[in-house]
Amino acid sequence: MTAYEPHFPHDAHGHGHEHHHDTSGIKLFGFWVYLMTDLLIFATVFATFAVLSNSFAGGPTAKEMLGGGLHLVLVETFALLFSSITYGMAMLATYRGDKGAVLRWLGITFLFGVSFISIELYEFRHLIHEGAGPQVSAYWSAFFTLVGTHGLHVSAGLLWMLVLMFQVGSRGLTDTNKTRVGLLSLFWHFLDVVWICVFTVVYLMGVL
Amino acid sequence: MAHQDNHAAHAVGFKDYLTGFILSVILTVIPFMLVMHPDVLGLSRGATLITVVLFGLAQVLVHLVYFLHMKTDAEGRWNVVSMIFTVLIIAFVVGLSVWIMWSMHYHMMIN
Repeated sequence: MTAYEPHFPHDAHGHGHEHHHDTSGIKLFGFWVYLMTDLLIFATVFATFAVLSNSFAGGPTAKEMLGGGLHLVLVETFALLFSSITYGMAMLATYRGDKGAVLRWLGITFLFGVSFISIELYEFRHLIHEGAGPQVSAYWSAFFTLVGTHGLHVSAGLLWMLVLMFQVGSRGLTDTNKTRVGLLSLFWHFLDVVWICVFTVVYLMGVL
Repeated sequence: MAHQDNHAAHAVGFKDYLTGFILSVILTVIPFMLVMHPDVLGLSRGATLITVVLFGLAQVLVHLVYFLHMKTDAEGRWNVVSMIFTVLIIAFVVGLSVWIMWSMHYHMMIN
């Protein structure tokens, strides 16, 4: 067995009782603290959005513009949800030490992530085309800032996933690479949690 | 053996991800349907709003438990503590911003 000791999820291989706090656990915790600060960024953007949620300046409202596209948002949500469970499969493959399966599941996760971003860009293009661009009113500025900040995070996660697939592909499942798979797992599931808040607050409550 | 069994209970497996996934699907589809087809259940706007928010909160918890594997045992404790601290700060930042700005709009009769 390797010295790999994930902070969480707990090690499935029965040698987790040694509890030697190596660098992997510290890295996972440090990354978790970073995610908490990232959560604060999202919170300030959410607060701005909430304050400006009625500031349409006589222009297009959220209900008019977003009501017709909710089915697309549902597809986006499912793309992220599927990508969460496929990343989970990549995590389980990492515990088993199955390099081929890790690469396959990361590849599938990547495709779901790309579909999410593609639909989002299509939606942005459609909104701007229909006259609801970020320059139209305070509401649409806040909308593009909030949804766009999440979209940029997902794009960064996709870039990281490509790099990770290259690293695992070329050097195999070394201890360092196993830790990296665990770090991106935290980042990816974290973005899914933020997306739940986005579709609830921006889309569902905006259309109501 | 008892020790092994204890660890098996802690292990993260396929079942966790599957449970989380099924719960998430249910908690996603219901609020979307309530908003997209309001006639099916005929809930009032206020009732739909509360339901949608509660389902959102429930799904965040499902993701934290089944996908991010948050636990309050010795190893996961500091993750939970840092998260509780962050949620507290967020409650201040978001809650008070909305309160102050709503109050200002109200007194200046903007809305």
